[in-house]
Amino acid sequence: MRHLLNYMITRILLAIPMVFIMVTLIFVVLRVMPGDPVSAMLGGHAPQRVIDARKLALGLDKPITVQYVEYLGQLVRLDLGNSMVFNEKVSTPIIEKLPATIELTVFGLLVSLGLGIPLGAYAARRRRTGRDFGIRLYANVVYCIPVFWMGLLLQLVFGVFLSWFPVSGRTSPRVDVSTFSHTGFYIIDTLRIGSLAAFGDVMWHLVLPAVTLGIVLSGIFVRLTRANMLDVLKSDYILAARARGIPERRVVYNHGLRNALIPIVTMLGLQFALLLAGAILTESTFSWPGMGRLLLERIYLRDYPVIQGVIIVYTLFVSAVSLVVDLLYAVIDPRVKY
Amino acid sequence: MADEQKTILDVQHLSIAYPISIGVVRAVEDVSFTLDDGEALGLVGESGCGKSTLGLSILKLQRPPGRVTAGKIMYRGTDILSMSDKSLLAMRGRSIAMIFQNPLTSLNPLFTVERHFLETIRYHDAAYSREKALAAVQTILAVLGIEKKRLKEYPHQLSGGMRQRIMIGLALIMNPDILIADEPTTSLDVIVEAGFTELLLELRRLYKLSIILITHNLGLVAEIADRIAVMYAGTIMEIATAQEIFDHPLHPYTQGLINCVPNIRVEQKELVTMPGSPPDLVDPPVGCRFAPRCPKVMDICRVKSPSLREHAPAHVAACWLYGKRED
Repeated sequence: MRHLLNYMITRILLAIPMVFIMVTLIFVVLRVMPGDPVSAMLGGHAPQRVIDARKLALGLDKPITVQYVEYLGQLVRLDLGNSMVFNEKVSTPIIEKLPATIELTVFGLLVSLGLGIPLGAYAARRRRTGRDFGIRLYANVVYCIPVFWMGLLLQLVFGVFLSWFPVSGRTSPRVDVSTFSHTGFYIIDTLRIGSLAAFGDVMWHLVLPAVTLGIVLSGIFVRLTRANMLDVLKSDYILAARARGIPERRVVYNHGLRNALIPIVTMLGLQFALLLAGAILTESTFSWPGMGRLLLERIYLRDYPVIQGVIIVYTLFVSAVSLVVDLLYAVIDPRVKY
Repeated sequence: MADEQKTILDVQHLSIAYPISIGVVRAVEDVSFTLDDGEALGLVGESGCGKSTLGLSILKLQRPPGRVTAGKIMYRGTDILSMSDKSLLAMRGRSIAMIFQNPLTSLNPLFTVERHFLETIRYHDAAYSREKALAAVQTILAVLGIEKKRLKEYPHQLSGGMRQRIMIGLALIMNPDILIADEPTTSLDVIVEAGFTELLLELRRLYKLSIILITHNLGLVAEIADRIAVMYAGTIMEIATAQEIFDHPLHPYTQGLINCVPNIRVEQKELVTMPGSPPDLVDPPVGCRFAPRCPKVMDICRVKSPSLREHAPAHVAACWLYGKRED
């Protein structure tokens, strides 16, 4: 137990240099990029005097190195600063949007695992048959499809032609969001106020974005699961289980799949970063009011502090998930002890 | 079962082939032998001679893409090769059980010892209650000399010898008639091997087992087997009682095999080896498969393959040295 604690503390401390590197990168990239918040706000034809006054007010007149050190100083005090475009603290829009992104990514991940792992395991069991070939084709095709295109396709088919699911937003207009904005997680909030109708509405809106994200990411899990399963199914303990008269289904899905899941869990942590990137595009395709859309909006406005703040939150999110994933190891594999 | 010797397993003209990219590997070719009730048969040969494939095929578990191309495996009058999947599952582990070469990797690393046992029992007899099953497990663990607390442990917490004993326990928990042991001592050290040999002999008596012992270890086979079948390049060259094989080997391959074992009582200047290497099984030699390496090769050996014939009481060999030329 003490080892576990040490391990967790080490991992949390390791997130600090990671955040530092990300902040530095994004800080430099933003300032190298053409455009700045002042010209984005005032347009190209504002008098130089006005521009200079704005820059002075925002501190953009100082040398970049000074700005950088000042920003780091702020971060050390756990302060993300204020927006350069709107009169708000950076943390305000982030706190508002983060739950939407978490809901989307968690369900997207569930869909991709729910599709990818069973399909991959089944393909391995039916290796070199038509079904295996079909599943592998699926995996390669969805892996190549851009997430926004998949989103548009699903919107068109299930939203427009069939009218089964809504194509944008987190709720219908008739659902009064203000009555349940406590945590920002609509799934939790609607359940807390006990409104099944509102909960259903929220889930109903979640279907297409989560499925879009899930399908695109499932390709990689199909391939990973299939490859690991083929490996595991060659193991001695699989043959030994068959020789004891254990039915094939149980051998494959219980003895085999559980062992094949171990490397998949590792990939899960790594895939999560990809998932967040996919979520940015999915959010804008589905007008999902999350961090991804916030990021895009503020990139157009060159709102440096908010962009930096969002990146920091993304970084922390990814490292938190990979920590959880590593702790999951010990649950799955009795040989792993922290 | 008492006086009268009864054949429990009868392998008839079995051939197994593996189609691979460059042709077909004929891993087992026209193999026939019988196993009597309560008997221990040693299946001896070099690595790659098809003895493991043969062992697995008795459970119809030869590794894909291996396929039985001819022959029958009769277990108590039923051909295993034409059994339904359901009967196969019931047969495996309950009628015929098998233990493997590598005890370190033959247990699922994610399952406790107890789970291995309970699972095996559950799939063979759903009527067992958990208590009854655990009682059965404890009985067998006592015989194997394994403490009860090990049940809750995972394979990586156990020593190699312990894992091997648990493998045997798992094989015997449903009280099978036949135990196929495929190189059971290869990965064990000498001390553990000695203990294992004794245990196997004791279990044989206790459970009235018939045993097929697949090995290249002539010492082990001498201690356990009543009869020995010598395999070379996918075919059986000679079958006789263990005594006969060691005292009067007929086939030049058997003679060579026995000569290769260093004898501590006789001063030897150098290690005796057999020149040449086993043939390519994609394109085996015409005639006797041992002919290219045989010190006593004759013209006919390169033309026609000899069949197993009785040359002494209960002693068969496939060799032209002893047979009539006309078939």
